[in-house]
Amino acid sequence: MTNWIDVGKLEDIPKLGARVVKTEEGDVAVFRTADDEVFALRDRCPHKQGPLSQGIVHGRRVTCPLHNWVIELESGEAVAPDKGCAGVYSVKIEAEKVLLGLKGN
Amino acid sequence: MKEKLVLIGNGMAGVRTLEELLKIAPDKYDITVFGAEPFGNYNRILLSPVLCGEKTIDDIMLNDLQWYEDNHITLYAGKWVTEINRARRTVSTSDGIVVPYDRLLLATGSNPFIIPVPGKDLQGVVSFRDIHDVDAMLKAAGEGKRAVVIGGGLLGLEAANGLKLQGMDVTVVHLLDTLMERQLDKPAADLLKGALEARGLNFLMEAQTEAILGGERVTGVRFKDGLEIPADLVVMAVGIRPNTALAEQAGLYCERGVVVNDTMQTYDPRIYAVGECVQHRGATYGLVAPLFEMAKVCANHLAHLGYSRYEGSVISTKLKVTGIDLFSAGDFHGDETTEDIVIKDAAQGVYKKLVLKDNRIQGAVLYGDTIDGSWYFQLMREGTNVSDFRDQLLFGQGHLGDSGHSGENAASAMSDDMEVCGCNGVCKGDVVNAITQKGLFTLEDVRAHTKASSSCGSCTGLVEQILMSTLGNDYSETPAKKPLCKCTDYTHEEVRHTIREHHLTSIKAVMEYMEWRNSDGCHVCRPALNYYLISTWPGEARDDYQSRFINERVHANIQKDGTYSVVPRMWGGLTNPAELRAIADVVDKYAIPTVKVTGGQRIDLLGVKKEDLPGVWGDLNKAGMVSGHAYGKSLRTVKTCVGSEWCRFGTQASMGMGVELEKITWGSWTPHKFKMAVSGCPRNCAEATIKDFGVVAVDSGWELHVGGNGGVKVRATDLLCKVKSGDEVKEYCGAFLQLYREEGHYLERTAPWIERVGLSYVKEKIVEDEACRKALYARFLESQQYVQQDPWAERAGQGVDQHEFIPLKEVG
Ligand code: SRM
Ligand SMILES: Cc1cc2nc3c(=O)[nH]c(=O)nc-3n(C[C@H](O)[C@H](O)[C@H](O)COP(=O)(O)OP(=O)(O)OC[C@H]3O[C@@H](n4cnc5c(N)ncnc54)[C@H](O)[C@@H]3O)c2cc1C
Ligand code: SF4
Ligand code: FES
Repeated sequence: MTNWIDVGKLEDIPKLGARVVKTEEGDVAVFRTADDEVFALRDRCPHKQGPLSQGIVHGRRVTCPLHNWVIELESGEAVAPDKGCAGVYSVKIEAEKVLLGLKGN
Repeated sequence: MKEKLVLIGNGMAGVRTLEELLKIAPDKYDITVFGAEPFGNYNRILLSPVLCGEKTIDDIMLNDLQWYEDNHITLYAGKWVTEINRARRTVSTSDGIVVPYDRLLLATGSNPFIIPVPGKDLQGVVSFRDIHDVDAMLKAAGEGKRAVVIGGGLLGLEAANGLKLQGMDVTVVHLLDTLMERQLDKPAADLLKGALEARGLNFLMEAQTEAILGGERVTGVRFKDGLEIPADLVVMAVGIRPNTALAEQAGLYCERGVVVNDTMQTYDPRIYAVGECVQHRGATYGLVAPLFEMAKVCANHLAHLGYSRYEGSVISTKLKVTGIDLFSAGDFHGDETTEDIVIKDAAQGVYKKLVLKDNRIQGAVLYGDTIDGSWYFQLMREGTNVSDFRDQLLFGQGHLGDSGHSGENAASAMSDDMEVCGCNGVCKGDVVNAITQKGLFTLEDVRAHTKASSSCGSCTGLVEQILMSTLGNDYSETPAKKPLCKCTDYTHEEVRHTIREHHLTSIKAVMEYMEWRNSDGCHVCRPALNYYLISTWPGEARDDYQSRFINERVHANIQKDGTYSVVPRMWGGLTNPAELRAIADVVDKYAIPTVKVTGGQRIDLLGVKKEDLPGVWGDLNKAGMVSGHAYGKSLRTVKTCVGSEWCRFGTQASMGMGVELEKITWGSWTPHKFKMAVSGCPRNCAEATIKDFGVVAVDSGWELHVGGNGGVKVRATDLLCKVKSGDEVKEYCGAFLQLYREEGHYLERTAPWIERVGLSYVKEKIVEDEACRKALYARFLESQQYVQQDPWAERAGQGVDQHEFIPLKEVG
């Protein structure tokens, strides 16, 4: 069952930026695009575990700060020809709150 | 319903256009392709190696039938289109296939020119254009003994070489006294002829063919002067003519080729044409590089993007005869307004000639040593003024103040397991495999697929050479104009210019005004635009933190494990007990794992957790230390030696000078990092001559050196000038820094910048023009007012950007 957790307000995340949520499953990067969409990925690049939350966000993508792989925010997949997936988390906005879906136990 | 696109001509240009189109608009059209040849699409260029027996037909397929199926393209292979009906918008074949189109693409290539002599239709007379011709030649080689190749141009020589390797006795017949006269001058052509003769080819120069002899099959060739030679095979390779037959039938305007505009449209706007069949701005082309450029532009318009223009191509050629290195580009004959520089060493088989006009390369012919071909070609296309290194030009790029490791290995001599890219651990074999198996053509493709040369870039030349030696050809496609990034077609220069001319002050404004393709750009253009804005409009343009690379956003260097390093400024490399104590305390307090003396004369604290950064900075601030900007495209270090303050040889106070320079320049943002050093005498212990701005004290004053670089490609500085006083040192330093800040491309260090604009230009602005120097210096000081606040203090004490340093939330 998905466990929806209130992690803060949309304004807490800079536009074209990201913030980290520390969880027992590891760090989760929560991104905000120019159009105020939110996405969440595991904060580990599929290449060499770079922290994606520290990358530059553009469109619905983020560029990893370590070696410039580009990762799709929606799917967590690396943009071709690179291959790999960061792993996505569900995230939604309800009543101005950002809710992050953790697996829970 | 999808629009219908029909392609006539299943060759290199047409299919390349489809590939480009599928990349940008995969679902736009229902595509149908007609090709007279009964195959998928193959690499025509590699027919020569097939003839030599170095490759097979299977090796040279670019797109097999499966590819057409996978992309839902209907292919009519082996079908001739005989009619285009423009009123009904249909094309049809002789056997009754009729297909309607909304847009039509003509890529019918060209036809070999057959000289109209008696006997030209005899059996055993072939041209050299397609697989069919190669089959015919290989068959003849199996049976006959003697081949005559008419035409001593590129194609003729490649055919002759192939037939020789197939065991035939070959004579090349040429009308003029110079082989490949369109690519070579006489001395280079003579060297080539000698080399080919040594391989057993025969030549008959200045010979005009009068008739081809024989009853049903060819038996010989007769020349104007009466000479007759026997032949079992005759290859006509005297030139090509654009294939305009179908276009003319359809009433499209043709001259030598099908006439197209800069968007690759014919006189009927629904009909596009690309490849060898077209004539663009009066020129026709017979090489693939221009066709690929056309394909890109055409695809852009077919996809209705509508911003790309084809402006013609400058081309270069290589001969694909294994073991013979030959390169030619541009106007290599010259005239009374040009000058030649030439090296000739016939014994070594080396000849190099460059034609210069006003110190710019107009043309080049290289024989025997072609390693620098692509460099000359680039200088030529970019119109670079070579006066500053003209005396070294012929010795090649490797000799230009370079003791780094660029391009020292000749690609063809490398074994497969030799490393090409030291950053990404890519070996030659990996590159070759990617090129052959994935069908790659360009440097960009190789970078994307293998990562070779995608990091520090020092192996770029080598990768280009491997591309050439693998494909046997110069595909050098680098457009004359290099766009800033994939989001735009504008160059760095055009963007900077527009920002200034139109007073644009935000990234959004630039992207809108210059019609960026992606609404918020990418990680390449955003940092560049941000820099251009804040350097052009200091105090006015707002620094956009989300467009800065992480290091500059949080004012520390990210490490491989996501922790950060902290490097406080140590003015001129000097420190004191209070600073050292504060550093020691902060290391203890925050359990910082590594403390290291850097190569820049200061101390690095490595492995600091992001959350701890403001705390660490706050403690360092208390001891008077500020950010060292070790993370920025900005002023880094000013190294000094002890100088006259202590040293028995010192002529001036270099430590004091270094500290003063650092005090006026710190905080400044630059296109790339900027390093300085001050040495107290010519022994130069501070290594000032490999810095962006280096100062060497001499008894009578200070020598100012510029454009040095350690790092990937070592470059020693050029001497800018000598000055007398410390105030002058500061003024020249600030002016130089400002000129670079205003004109350098983002991520271009001063070394490549100076090589691009020329030392003379920099001297003109800074040494010769006093008013200009003073104005630059004033602008520099003005812009410094806005940036000389310690970014650490703002974050440690004043609460700036707190969101960067604390997690959004901690769960569980
Ligand atoms: C820390 C230090 C190594 C050391 O332990 O000594 C260092 C560390 C890095 N250097 Fe360096 N360089 C350091 C001195 C140098 C020097 C020596 C010098 O400055 O005298 C050079 C050669 C001189 C030069 O730049 O001309 C040097 C040439 C490079 C280059 C190649 C630059 C070039 O133009 O070829 C890079 C790559 C780049 O900038 O793109 C680089 C990049 C880096 C980066 C930023 C790599 C990166 O992107 O993460 C490293 C950051 C590590 C970190 O987080 O601290 N570093 N680097 C030195 C910091 C000096 C300082 O006090 O600020
Ligand atoms: C042996 C050889 C070596 C070469 N070496 C080099 C080299 O080293 N470097 C270099 O840059 N270039 C080289 N070239 C030139 C290069 O191959 C051509 O510039 C390029 O292939 C032209 O592409 P295109 O699409 O315009 O024409 P093509 O590739 O010739 O394609 C045209 C196609 O259209 C078909 N066609 C024509 N009319 C019709 C019709 N009415 N209906 C159906 N189909 C039709 C033709 O059969 C043909 O398949 C070489 C060429 C040859 C022949
Ligand atoms: S510090 Fe410099 S030389 Fe050392 S690994 Fe990093 S970039 Fe390479
Ligand atoms: S770790 Fe992300 S690109 Fe290398």
